[in-house]
Amino acid sequence: MEFLVITGVKLALILFIFMTALAYLQWVERKVIAHVQVRMGPSRVGPHGLLQPLADVIKLITKEGVLPPHVNKFYYLAAPFFAVFMALISISIIPFGTDITIPAMTIGGTTFGPYRTMMELADINVGILLVLALSSMGVYGIALAGWSSNNKYALLGGLRSSAQMISYELPLSLAIAAPLLTAGSLSLRTIADTQQGFYLGFIPHWAIFQFPAPQIFSFIIFMIAAFAETNRIPFDLPEAENELVAGFHVEYSSMSFAAFFMAEYANMVTVCSVATLLFLGGWHPLFPASLGSNFIAPLLLAGCGAVCLYHGLHPARPFDRYTLPAFAVIFFGLAGLMAFPPTVPILMPIFWFLAKLLFLLFLFVWIRATLPRFRYDQLMGFAWKFLFPVALVNLLITGFLVALAS
Amino acid sequence: MDPLFFLLFAFITVACGVNVVLQKHPISSALSLVAVMASLAVLYLLLGAEFLAMAQMIVYAGAIMVLFVFVIMLLNAGTEATRGRSWTATIFGIPAILILIGALAYFMQTGMPQLGSVKFGDFRGGGAYQVGYALFTEYLLPFEVTSVLILIAIVGAIVLARKELD
Amino acid sequence: MDPAQIAGILKQGAVPTSWYLALSAVLFVIGVAGFVLRRNIITVFMCIELMLNAVNLSFIAFAHEHKQVSGHLFAFFVMVVAAAEAAVGLAIILTVFRNRSTLNIDEIDSLKN
Repeated sequence: MEFLVITGVKLALILFIFMTALAYLQWVERKVIAHVQVRMGPSRVGPHGLLQPLADVIKLITKEGVLPPHVNKFYYLAAPFFAVFMALISISIIPFGTDITIPAMTIGGTTFGPYRTMMELADINVGILLVLALSSMGVYGIALAGWSSNNKYALLGGLRSSAQMISYELPLSLAIAAPLLTAGSLSLRTIADTQQGFYLGFIPHWAIFQFPAPQIFSFIIFMIAAFAETNRIPFDLPEAENELVAGFHVEYSSMSFAAFFMAEYANMVTVCSVATLLFLGGWHPLFPASLGSNFIAPLLLAGCGAVCLYHGLHPARPFDRYTLPAFAVIFFGLAGLMAFPPTVPILMPIFWFLAKLLFLLFLFVWIRATLPRFRYDQLMGFAWKFLFPVALVNLLITGFLVALAS
Repeated sequence: MDPLFFLLFAFITVACGVNVVLQKHPISSALSLVAVMASLAVLYLLLGAEFLAMAQMIVYAGAIMVLFVFVIMLLNAGTEATRGRSWTATIFGIPAILILIGALAYFMQTGMPQLGSVKFGDFRGGGAYQVGYALFTEYLLPFEVTSVLILIAIVGAIVLARKELD
Repeated sequence: MDPAQIAGILKQGAVPTSWYLALSAVLFVIGVAGFVLRRNIITVFMCIELMLNAVNLSFIAFAHEHKQVSGHLFAFFVMVVAAAEAAVGLAIILTVFRNRSTLNIDEIDSLKN
């Protein structure tokens, strides 16, 4: 019973935060790309366009969902559901912090707790394999969408995407296998916990620096394959606008169109979380607490607050006088929370996990704003002739080093 | 809980298995087969074979069946042309299949009374460590032989595909 | 098996291994039926995969019965062989379709007579 209640609360929290984060990821992406291209980006709805995701959601919900007459109805309607389901479900096994304990409390004579719970929905001992399985099932959503639309562009997009995802799954799996050799477990929590500690007191024990086999090449291979798995630029051949109109989702509108976008962003978050857990030490900090890693978060947030306050006092636009101090108060509050001793052991792991996750997500957006798209034969040739052999050699060398060290 | 999970997923497995045979369009058959494989993976989990369950999802549902769907989409094969079925086949065939299934299930049931029962968590030897250890000690020769087999399959597939290009 | 026995099993919370074997048998028969009845070569191929899956289920049920990991390895090898088979089989199907532009196995009969 207790288990069910705790899981229900965690489920609701994660679902709410995850869905909001997905909507705002779109805003972040548009803003970052706009600033890279020296534009403003969304700035009309709310301060700095912060309410833009809400407006987008309302627009997409109220739009008419068109059902073209020539499609295969069942699969046409089922495909976006399938894609978004497979993308959302993998967040349930991603751990994003250490365990927390809620102290016992007495309400009206009955004592509750103490409760101890993990910062994830389920810790299963083949977690990383489940992530792989779900990501390989995600192909069906896209392939079916392309096929059932009964449109040559959509079909080409679907075919391209299934070929691309099968091809890039191999280097992805091989790149995942290499850090597993040093970690010696398939549970995501255990993998992250093996990366605890520091060499010489300041070099983190993360897999990319780890003795005996630093996994820096695995990390790079993983990230390249991850771009292809999530159909992002420079590998977004399934939806190449100038060749295929919009690829597999050309016939979709309204919420089913939004479902594909949600699936893409959810996949991005999952892939970045896995990269964080496997290679970047999960929630373990960049440098030890003895050197003051616990002060990074409050300082950063307080700095943001100070900048907001300064610009609020010297407003460039009239409404800045009210909005920016409000943000400053929020930032200062968060900074205070991060520095408040009882909450530090709970919030600090989450902060470090989110910091790494957001950095990787920013990398995705940054590369989208920077790189052009591959040609299709280059894409396949790159996977099979370059990435796959390199991943194999990397795995072999890691195996040798681990065997020599043990 | 165990019998409930078993009955639920056994029902899904059988229903989707029948659907594989009954559906006229190959894509529908392929997706039903994916559902069969996914529910079989759950049954493997109940049997304590967690590594195999995930391998089932990754290899079977995620790679082999995607290949099937890919080929079906590539060939754009339509629905199967039905020919008038003979009445005798329908009258005798369906009962015969039912009797065959019933007989098999019955003999399984009665012929092996000494078999035990399955409870989730009874058998913990199906993890990646145990499977990997057995694979690289006791079953090393079969493992190497399958690697040669896969090499042959790759070469064969490339040869068959290359003939198209010439 | 009478209803009282089944009720006992449901109450006890443990499934007899023979139920798994029966399910495996049923799946195998479905696969055989599809293999015999269907004319689309891809569907026939999928029915073979269904039969292989049925066999895997009984391997794993027996592995649980004997508390040994060997059954898992047999199932694993079956999967690997099925992957190789799918690669070659689908390549053959593609070639056949290019040459004859049909997937109906009744029409691919040039070796007959």
